[in-house]
Amino acid sequence: MTLKTQSTQETEKLTAIIDDSVIKGLALEGDTLHNSELQNSELTSNAQSSAQLSYRHAFMLVLKRDLTIAMRHKDDIINPLLFFVIVITLFPLGIGPEAQTLSRIAPGIIWVAALLATLLSLDRLFKSDHLDGSLEQMLLSPHPIFVLVLAKIFAHWLITGLPIILIAPLLAVLLHLDENSYSALFLTLLLGTPVLSLLGAVGVALTVGIKKGGVLLSLLVLPLYIPVLIFATSAIDTAALGLPYSGQLAIIAALFFGSLTLAPFAVGAALKVSTN
Amino acid sequence: MQFNSFSDFINMGGYGFYVWLSFGTAALILTALLISSKAGHQQIIDQIAKRKQREDKLRQARELRKQQNVQQKTELNEVTE
Amino acid sequence: MWKWLHPYANPEVSYHLTNRLLPWLSAFSAIFLSIGLVWALLFAPADYQQGHSFRIFYIHVPAASLSMGIYVSMAIAAFSSLVWQLKLADASAAAMAPVGAAFTAIALITGAAWGKPMWGTWWIWDARLTSELILLFLYLGVIALHNAFEDKNLAGKAAGILTLVGVVNIPIIKYSVEWWNTLHQGSTVSKLGKPSMSLDMLWPFIFCFIGFSFLVALIICLRFRNEILARNSIRPWVRELVKKHNS
Repeated sequence: MTLKTQSTQETEKLTAIIDDSVIKGLALEGDTLHNSELQNSELTSNAQSSAQLSYRHAFMLVLKRDLTIAMRHKDDIINPLLFFVIVITLFPLGIGPEAQTLSRIAPGIIWVAALLATLLSLDRLFKSDHLDGSLEQMLLSPHPIFVLVLAKIFAHWLITGLPIILIAPLLAVLLHLDENSYSALFLTLLLGTPVLSLLGAVGVALTVGIKKGGVLLSLLVLPLYIPVLIFATSAIDTAALGLPYSGQLAIIAALFFGSLTLAPFAVGAALKVSTN
Repeated sequence: MQFNSFSDFINMGGYGFYVWLSFGTAALILTALLISSKAGHQQIIDQIAKRKQREDKLRQARELRKQQNVQQKTELNEVTE
Repeated sequence: MWKWLHPYANPEVSYHLTNRLLPWLSAFSAIFLSIGLVWALLFAPADYQQGHSFRIFYIHVPAASLSMGIYVSMAIAAFSSLVWQLKLADASAAAMAPVGAAFTAIALITGAAWGKPMWGTWWIWDARLTSELILLFLYLGVIALHNAFEDKNLAGKAAGILTLVGVVNIPIIKYSVEWWNTLHQGSTVSKLGKPSMSLDMLWPFIFCFIGFSFLVALIICLRFRNEILARNSIRPWVRELVKKHNS
């Protein structure tokens, strides 16, 4: 019994050291300004990791790390967004410039483009971490995978979902979306894009170990996106008619909370399989 | 019996093409699946047999080499003696 | 019950069990399918509205309901393989996926062929047809994920997780598609009223359904057998079997 507790203490110490080294590696990469900041956080984390990192702390650490990495590769943020904009501008060119047709199909176009842009950016979620081995270290750490995965997904949403939400009204103007439905567009995107990130993370986690996972990913993930698409576009359509759309919004919220509680478990299980 | 003649049966009251299309494709897909599943058994057995042959060959080669080594050693010993 | 089930967790035992089951399954499926199909094609009365095109019903409905049933049983197999680490459950899930995809494809094709004379178009975005199409995508995703992994055991686990995610989503997708369909009802042709079936229509249907179920069991057994062999290729009993089979 004592041996067992001793060994667990040993492993905890080891993982704490690993955590520290990961943070240090990050700090070394960073510029001097970041350096001092991260070292500060490292000090505090050092103090805590002698016992154990709290869930909130682990969450913030992973989130900060992912955001820092994303800031280093700005084109990863900008490219999906550009894709989103270009796809939407292609539709009027293909269909014709009549305002009536465009406003009729605008919700569908914006949402389908948002799905595709999210899909395009999903690859980054675990791929580079898997390649440099930090994903396996993350799985080995004593913190529950649920928290770490949730942090990574949240970072992904901040990087891809949020810019889409911010730029969508601009594109809605291009597509002559009905004025009543701007708030509906905003709300459905706000509740719907996290669902896209959460469900997509399951697909990425399953395909991260495969060399050519990109096309496979779309096959796995897109059918799962259908309910979000249906309810979001119908909410926007209903809003254009001036009717209350809280029902559809409530269903999207239900989808959001459902996937928020279930998807990280599936992602954790899938990551364990993929990194095997 | 619902039909008076064979051509009546083929015609299916004007719906012949659709009825036979669906029955035909269903039969085609199911027989293809059945045959491929059935053939898969022999394929897998052949694969395993081939792999076993290869392993046996490798093992024989290894043993042969071992024997040769032993022989060479004894020959060497004889020469040095 | 567990004690009774326990020996079947052994690959060798279940391999021989499937071998013993195969003749029975093929006999039953041949008997039921030949009776059912001959009855359905020759003796069942034509529908008073749809005429003889109603005979498509005898394949379309069994295929559609079996395609969903196979997905559910695949999910049960995936669940038990993930929770109780049953390797054979993995093998059975892998055996079921192509069969389910084939039946979904049949349901779609027969649905289209039935729709052309009834609705005037090959395809309408009817709720049932649409959810069947999405089910086909889910099946294809599982199969593609299976083929993407080199290691069969890893492939089984990954596909199992995807199957479970899919089975949670299927009711949501089905409900949302149905809701979407009623919303856009204006653009679709009115659905066929549920025909109240008379007994001489019901009996051939029951025979066809049972026959198709036996056929599904037969094909799954055949594929399951292959999966067991492929996963246990280095075991002595498989080697013995191969030797006996080839001599």
